[in-house]
Amino acid sequence: MSREAMEMPPKGGFSFDLCKRNDMLVKKGLKEPSFLKTGTTIVGLIFKDGVILGADTRATEGPIVADKNCEKIHYMAPNIYCCGAGTAADTEAVTDMVSSQLKLHRYHTGRESRVVTALSLLKSHLFSYQGYVSAALVLGGVDVTGPHLHTIYPHGSTDTLPFATMGSGSLAAMAVFESKYREGLTRDEGVKLVSEAICSGIFNDLGSGSNVDICVITKGAKEYLRNHMLPNPRTYISEKGYSFSKKTEVLRTKITPLREMVEVIEGGDAMEE
Amino acid sequence: MTKQQANWSPYDNNGGTCVAIAGADYCVIAADTRMSSGYNILTRDYSKIIQLADKSVMASSGFQADVRALQKVLASRHLLYQHQHNKQMSCPAMAQLLSNTLYYKRFFPYYAFNVLGGLDNEGKGCVFTYDAVGSYERVGYSSQGSGSTLITPFLDNQLKSPSPLLLPAKDAVTPLSEAEAIDLVKTCFASATERDIYTGDKLEIIVLNASGIRQEYMELRKD
Repeated sequence: MSREAMEMPPKGGFSFDLCKRNDMLVKKGLKEPSFLKTGTTIVGLIFKDGVILGADTRATEGPIVADKNCEKIHYMAPNIYCCGAGTAADTEAVTDMVSSQLKLHRYHTGRESRVVTALSLLKSHLFSYQGYVSAALVLGGVDVTGPHLHTIYPHGSTDTLPFATMGSGSLAAMAVFESKYREGLTRDEGVKLVSEAICSGIFNDLGSGSNVDICVITKGAKEYLRNHMLPNPRTYISEKGYSFSKKTEVLRTKITPLREMVEVIEGGDAMEE
Repeated sequence: MTKQQANWSPYDNNGGTCVAIAGADYCVIAADTRMSSGYNILTRDYSKIIQLADKSVMASSGFQADVRALQKVLASRHLLYQHQHNKQMSCPAMAQLLSNTLYYKRFFPYYAFNVLGGLDNEGKGCVFTYDAVGSYERVGYSSQGSGSTLITPFLDNQLKSPSPLLLPAKDAVTPLSEAEAIDLVKTCFASATERDIYTGDKLEIIVLNASGIRQEYMELRKD
């Protein structure tokens, strides 16, 4: 039997093969699985000695909080970090992938990674997926050429800015930055401003919440301040506590012995043939 | 060319959660005070609870414009009743009135999810729970709104006796004391606030008993 069909080379980009089938299933009543989005407020700013990144820690699935304390500031390189908003799986996957590529590149070149390298890798990947990889990123770091801060949109466009915000809480955070940002902030002033901007997102945007994560990157050093602020403690814990019955009630017990399927013939010649 | 669909809706969902628990001689009605639209907070200090009569208190979540209109209709009907009968409406009577009012707009409903709480003619606590078009039932406890899916299973577990899961205890009330019921309500809301983005800011608790009506507030997470 000869193979009539040609061997197709592997295609890059997004595969739309199952779209027709999915539409048919939805018409028949199947509920499409929802995506875990990070809602989110993420920010970055450039200060005197480097870059400060900030993020909230709430991950939502529609109106429900799926994770009260997730990590949105992702490691890219020892001197580069990236905040991610949008679909959690997409931000996680794309930052992990580019982080690996940067490491291989560092081995290949023998040099510290540059922020523009990460930027180019991310934007070309997102562009090739035409916006279907729903990741909105704030990329920041310090390399030999100095401190850099960029925003990357899901379709692959980028901006280079002194201060930036992304996510559903971006307007709340940007309002704070536009009022209070100035060039040449000190480290403590920068951290305070970033915290204020994230808090603005946390309290005024329903898609963002819980705690403030900060990452300060300077020449030759980085400080990852996980849960730098916890402005949302649980408001009420009952003193007496609640009791729950240890196991579900047994309503009925029925034991059915399994039927023997194998017959053991003593001294048979079954294997002789 | 596909058929054009309407892309303007007369409704909006302002979020929020309501709970009511009936006791032997009291009734606890509670609701959060957050009013939201989409991902924005409109106000942190909006009451969803209204006292309709001496012994009837209603809490409603959903579209607050419709809730406000519904409250006005019920208040005005109650005033007429008082003029005609020279007495306050009982809670079961108010329950029926609310059901009829909701069904009246069966084909352009009030987007309101209500719980009515109060004391019945014998002084026992009663809670009535509704859907948007007036279907109602007397129960021992109920929760409506965005956090109801988080709260109802917990109440089912803690208040097993009046639970609709165990027949035939249909309108039995919880044997818990008033203080225990309030503690339970506070825990419910603190927990729902953790996981529901539309619930939070402040909790308003109304307690109805033989000595009258009492109001209490508790702070909730504001994020």
